[in-house]
Amino acid sequence: MPADNEVPPIVEMRGITIRFPGVLALDDVDFTLRPGEVHSLMGENGAGKSTLIKALTGVYAIDSGTIRVAGEQRTFHSASDAQEAGISTVYQEVNLCGNLTVAENVMLGHEPRKGGGIDWRATQREAARHMESLGLAIDPRSMLASHSIAIQQLVAIIRAMVLEAKVLILDEPTSSLDRGEVEQLFDVIRDLRSQGVAILFVSHFLDQVYEISDRITVLRNGALVGEHPVEELPRDALVTKMIGRELEDLATLEKSSHRAIDRTGAPVVRAEGLGRRGVLEPADLDVYEGEVVGIAGLLGSGRTELVRLLYGADRPDAGRLEVRGAPAKVHSPRHAIDHRIAFSSENRREEGVVADLTVAENIVLGMQARQGWMRKVPRKDQDAVVAEYIEALGVRPANPHALVGNLSGGNQQKVLLARWLATAPELLILDEPTRGIDVGAKADIQKKVSELSSQGLSVIFISSELEEVLRLAQRVAVMRDRRKIGELDSTQVDLDGLIDYIANAGEGSAA
Amino acid sequence: MTAMATGTGTRAAGPSFLQTFVSRHGSMMPTFAAVAILLVLFVGAEIFLRGDFITPRNISALLLDNAYLLVLAVGMTFVILTGGIDLSVGSVMAFSGILGARLLAEGTPAFVAVPAMLLGGAAIGLMIGILVQYFNVQPFIASLAGLFLGRGLAYVVSLSSIKVEEPGILWLQSTRIRLGDWYITPTGLIALGAVAIAAFVLHLTRFGRTIYAIGGSEQSARLMGLRTARAKVMAYVISGLCGGLAGLVLTAYSGAGYPRNGIGTELDAIAAVVIGGTILTGGRGYVIGSMIGVFVYGTIKTIISFMGAEQSWMQIIVGALLLLFIVVQRAIVARSEGRR
Repeated sequence: MPADNEVPPIVEMRGITIRFPGVLALDDVDFTLRPGEVHSLMGENGAGKSTLIKALTGVYAIDSGTIRVAGEQRTFHSASDAQEAGISTVYQEVNLCGNLTVAENVMLGHEPRKGGGIDWRATQREAARHMESLGLAIDPRSMLASHSIAIQQLVAIIRAMVLEAKVLILDEPTSSLDRGEVEQLFDVIRDLRSQGVAILFVSHFLDQVYEISDRITVLRNGALVGEHPVEELPRDALVTKMIGRELEDLATLEKSSHRAIDRTGAPVVRAEGLGRRGVLEPADLDVYEGEVVGIAGLLGSGRTELVRLLYGADRPDAGRLEVRGAPAKVHSPRHAIDHRIAFSSENRREEGVVADLTVAENIVLGMQARQGWMRKVPRKDQDAVVAEYIEALGVRPANPHALVGNLSGGNQQKVLLARWLATAPELLILDEPTRGIDVGAKADIQKKVSELSSQGLSVIFISSELEEVLRLAQRVAVMRDRRKIGELDSTQVDLDGLIDYIANAGEGSAA
Repeated sequence: MTAMATGTGTRAAGPSFLQTFVSRHGSMMPTFAAVAILLVLFVGAEIFLRGDFITPRNISALLLDNAYLLVLAVGMTFVILTGGIDLSVGSVMAFSGILGARLLAEGTPAFVAVPAMLLGGAAIGLMIGILVQYFNVQPFIASLAGLFLGRGLAYVVSLSSIKVEEPGILWLQSTRIRLGDWYITPTGLIALGAVAIAAFVLHLTRFGRTIYAIGGSEQSARLMGLRTARAKVMAYVISGLCGGLAGLVLTAYSGAGYPRNGIGTELDAIAAVVIGGTILTGGRGYVIGSMIGVFVYGTIKTIISFMGAEQSWMQIIVGALLLLFIVVQRAIVARSEGRR
């Protein structure tokens, strides 16, 4: 039930402008949020969604513009100011304390007190009551860190309810949840909406946005494009607004999966029985020149574990590795780099880009590491390489001196990709390169992968988005429960077939 | 995805008592380990010394001789729980002690001198806290500055030892409250009082829980709307205050202020806290554990002097214990993260 325009808005942001060094992050943006609606904020990476949220929650100071909450003009200096005004945020990376109990995370800072001290019994009771009202049945006294991200996210939402939030901001809440967990989350969201809570929802999954939203506001390059009720904005119109150009529909993107691969020679990398006790059961994997091998499977099925063993980031205790037909020892990433294997981690913030360095420095890093620290890559070569990749991958802002930490997720991913490509690898391992990034950046990255593989680069491509895997990869290795359960030829299988295989293949028998 | 499947909704079968206990109290394991080590030390020494070790006299002396260290460890626990470190406390203790001794020697009444000692310690703690919180200085560096400052100030107050004759101060040490062969001095009571107050603050106040939250994830704590800045500065103030209080306890214990007291004692305090099960990265640990850690430390020292062995063995054993505990802690942290 969409909120009608007559309800006075709970949040009114007018003419919000925020500048970062070298970047105009928000340019005169208006945003209105009404009680009892789910309002999606859409835009590509770098469009200013996160910045707008941070402006609303007091994390960033605004350079100009006004924020009214419940009709009253406010200036928030910190997240706690915003919380006191009834605005709570649940971030993609759950911002709770894993070292404390679930109950404490729900109640922290609002524990009932008795006789000068916290009344733990009442605290636990209160937490349990709130948890129950949103249908979360876990032990309130267990440690938060012992629960899945999905549960932690629900705990964060329950916490927001304890604070009697009138506005709940959900920033990419679904990116690490499975289908059932998303449903559970959506039930909670609908429940809150019916109680009159205004919900600001940010997600890259269009299906989810259309499933849950009443209204959509679109941003592009830090500027407002428009606000629309969801039923007046068909998907293609939304995507066009987001990227500002007609999207070459991803479906029509050249499918590299049908390209024939010459598998007569020695594979670029061959793993035989590669495994590690408790981490991955021994698995075989070949990757030939110019081939894209997809790895599909659910989160935690052993996809990342397999490539980490391959790359030497973790040490295998079984199996052997051949590089171009010769036995190779890859016991550390250093060895992998020597064998021209590059690995772009799914955890791009922690294991990927260096946020405090510039775009150029990040790109040159890999090249320089390969060359050895003593021989500096000449400045001119550096600049040329950096300019080339910024251009080729469409990094925004196209400023080699911008700090990577100020870039959006999609652009950080492009920088990371550029860094590895600059080392001229023969095998590129991409672990979730498109997670949490927008359609445009996704298309750019897919196009690049497809283009590079047709020039002879071998790629291992891991993604939760199976369409993407099927489009890019010629072969798909399927993982389940830390075991490789099989390999499929992607010309022989469609999406439903692949899902079915992931779910059911080899059931009851060891593959 | 197996982890996810069990994640949502009600658990099908009720978890066993042990599972529930571990999921609730996993963070107590290092402290239990410290208790176990203390017991092993006691029993071992008892057997080795043929029943001469566990006597009321020895146990009472254990608290008395280590009261100053216990006070320091209490303050250090706050700081380490936030994920920080305070290297200044040994110097602060020396400064506070010599300052008090000099004030008393010059005829200042004890009710002025003692608050001055405590405030002196708290002021250095405040400086470190502000450097850490608002100037973004690494705790290691900020408290290293505090270490030099405290030591320098101690030398400014006096270059040599000053005897304390004020009866009120000496009373803190000379009074023996007896219960059979057991006894405790007011200094011992001060130390135990510090432990009790700290335990109350850490577990039953919002400030205390904020300290734990900061240690878990400072950014999360801030985004949860907790007053992290104030709490973090306060942790260092408390540590400085405990440094000042330890100066009082040590001055009463030794009957004099001495500017070279407590060189390296900050490391003993850190060792005791870590042996007691507080994790150096913050967020997990108990002040009771720190007390156990001090007793483990004190017991080792006593055993070595009973055996007449070189004091260097003390350092070797404490070093080995520290290593062991850090490895145990790593394993526990890795396990709890792995379970997710």
